Amino acid sequence: MKLRTKVQLSLAAFGLVLLAFAAPSVFAADKVDPVADAKAFKKFFYEKFPKLKPEDFVNGPYSMNEDLYKQWQEKEQFPPYEFALEAGKEMFSKPFKNGKTYGDCFANKGIGVRQDYPTFDEKEGKVITLELALNRCREANGEPPFSYLRDEMASLTAYMAFTSRGKPFDIKIPNDPRALEAYEKGKEYFYTRRGQLNFSCATCHVQSPGERVRTEVLAPALGILNAMPIYRSEWSGMGTTSRRFTTCNSQIRGVPLTPQDDEYRNVEYYLSYVSNGLPISGPGARP
Amino acid sequence: MASTIRVRATSSGETTEVQALIQHPMESGFVKDAKGEIIPPHFIQQLTFEYGGKPVFVADWGGGISKDPYVKFAFKGGKKGDDLKVSWIDNKGASDTTTAKIQ
Repeated sequence: MKLRTKVQLSLAAFGLVLLAFAAPSVFAADKVDPVADAKAFKKFFYEKFPKLKPEDFVNGPYSMNEDLYKQWQEKEQFPPYEFALEAGKEMFSKPFKNGKTYGDCFANKGIGVRQDYPTFDEKEGKVITLELALNRCREANGEPPFSYLRDEMASLTAYMAFTSRGKPFDIKIPNDPRALEAYEKGKEYFYTRRGQLNFSCATCHVQSPGERVRTEVLAPALGILNAMPIYRSEWSGMGTTSRRFTTCNSQIRGVPLTPQDDEYRNVEYYLSYVSNGLPISGPGARP
Repeated sequence: MASTIRVRATSSGETTEVQALIQHPMESGFVKDAKGEIIPPHFIQQLTFEYGGKPVFVADWGGGISKDPYVKFAFKGGKKGDDLKVSWIDNKGASDTTTAKIQ
C-alpha cells in the first residue's frame, strides 16, 4: 500500500514537472505579443510589395498603381483638403466660450501629437482616439460635441495631422492587461468576417491591396491610418477614421457600429500599433 | 471669412498655366436631403479669369459641375509678376473675387 502511494505520488510529481516545462511554450503561442505581431505584419507587406519603401505604404493606393500615382502627384500641388485644413486651423486656435482652446486639452498644445493617438487611458481602462479626445475636450469646456464623421471633426483632425506630418506613428501599449486585451480585441475585429459579403477588414486590406474593387484600388492595411483624415473624391468631402470604418462596414453590407464604439476604438488601436514607425501623412486625398 | 478661391498661375515664357480650386457647394437642385426635401439649386453660373483687363477664360457653369470645382487651363502670354483676376458669381447672386500674381 505504502509503496503504491509512493509510486503514484512520484508519478504525479513527475507529471507536474512535465506540465511545468510544457506550459510556458503552450502559453507563448497563445500569448498576445504586439511586438511580434507588428513585425510579422510589416514583413508580410514588405514581401508582398518588395519594390516599395516602408514609407510608401502611407500613400495607400497611389503606391500600388503607377497611373494613380501620377494623377496624385499633380493633385498634391493643389490638394483638395486645403479648405478643410484652413478651417481646422482657424477652429483650433479660436477659444471656446470659457476662453480655453483645444490646445489646452493636449500635450504640446496639440501641435505635432497626432502620432501618439490612439492612446490607452489607464484610468478609464479604454482606448482614447484623437477624435474622441477632441469631443471630450469640447464637452469638458461646455461645448456640444461634433459629429464624428465629417466636417468640423475632419477639419480639426486634418489640422492636427498636418502639424504632425512626417512624424512616425508612436503608439504605446502600457504594461496593463486591459491594454493588451483592447489590442487583442482590435486584432480579432480586424480579422473577423462579417456582413452579407462575409468580408473581414483583412480580406480587402491584407489579402488584396493593389487589386481593384470595382474601379477603386484597395489600399494596404499597413499605413492606412497614417493618412487620416482623407478627402475622398467619391464622397466629395472630408471623412474621418470613424467615417472610414463605418462606410467599410456598410460596403460589405454589414451593420456599422456607432462611431467611436469600443470595438472601433480597439481596431484603431491595433491598426495604428502595427503601423508604428511609419510617418503620418494626413490629411490625405483619395479617389 | 477666407477667400473661397485658391489660384496658382505659372508662366513658362510663352504660355501661362493656371490652376484654381473654388470652394462652393454646387447643388444641382435635383438632390434630396435626409428628410426627402429637395435641396435648392445653388451653383456657380459664371467663372472668369482676367489678365490685363481682358478675359482669358470664361466658363458658363451649371448644376452639373462637382462640389468644390477645380479648373486647369493655359493661355498664351502672361508675364511673371503680373496680376490675374479670378471671379465667380452664382445663381443666388453671391460672388467672390481674388487676384493672384503670375509666378
